[in-house]
Amino acid sequence: MTASHPTAKVLLANYAALMVLLGATALASHAPLGVWRTPISLLIAAVKMALVFLFFMQLWYRRGLIRIFAAAGFFWLSIIGVLTFCDYLTRGWSP
Amino acid sequence: MSNSLLHPSPPPYSDREQHSVANHLGMWTFLATEILFFGGLFACYSVYRWFSPEAFAVGSAHLEFWIGTVNTGVLLTSSLSMAFADLVVKTNSRRAVQWCLIATWLLGALFVALKFYEYYLVTREHHVPGAHFHFEGAYAPQVELFMFLYFAMTGLHAAHMLFGLGAIAWLLRLNYRGRLSAEHDAPVAMVALYWHYVDCVWLFLYPLLYLAR
Repeated sequence: MTASHPTAKVLLANYAALMVLLGATALASHAPLGVWRTPISLLIAAVKMALVFLFFMQLWYRRGLIRIFAAAGFFWLSIIGVLTFCDYLTRGWSP
Repeated sequence: MSNSLLHPSPPPYSDREQHSVANHLGMWTFLATEILFFGGLFACYSVYRWFSPEAFAVGSAHLEFWIGTVNTGVLLTSSLSMAFADLVVKTNSRRAVQWCLIATWLLGALFVALKFYEYYLVTREHHVPGAHFHFEGAYAPQVELFMFLYFAMTGLHAAHMLFGLGAIAWLLRLNYRGRLSAEHDAPVAMVALYWHYVDCVWLFLYPLLYLAR
């Protein structure tokens, strides 16, 4: 049977990785990245969230059904985003 | 297998494994609704930032960068201690569970205290949206909108933090009465999932509100 729970070592390594990423975001926000500043900071946030989901929230150790339920929230969130911007970005279009 | 026979789960579950999966499934369903709860605010933020990126950069620069950064570190650390509480409860060590939960509670309280201190600073500068909003410089109406989103998003997040602090206090009480053990660890596991989720929301609030320069 595979492990059903992260070990102390995994938790500490995950925490160390998260703190390094936090340092990276804070530093990147002061770097001359121009238009890439926001995409980079959001990308780092997404990686941090993935680490929290996989190891602190144990999705790495869970079966498919629970992973699908976790993904469902983001699927519906993407519908909110896509439909909202379909509206606002096309308002200037002439008929 | 023998373990589940020694500690059968109540009906309708046939064993502890099935009981645990059902708990996680229920909690993740709730968290999916929570993702959408905050999702509306994130969508609102995206639209207004799309239309006035300069004003959001100005508004963001007026927030305290150090409070946002320190608070992110504080929350990540509290997630670590919460994950450890969930780990040590499986070893039946009441004292270790107690210290992990106290550490998590104190870090959560520190986060909320720093948040409220920032609210105080914003109020002192008259940057609270409403009749008394005052902002020197360009884009004042759009900066007011940014500040409205700042209060709505961090306020909803802070409310979740306060609820989480209450849930951890409840866990401490259960632990004190000896009601948490390797066989009865579900309360810790479920509160931990909630706590980590609230942490994840902040991981996005931090770059969107504090680093939008």
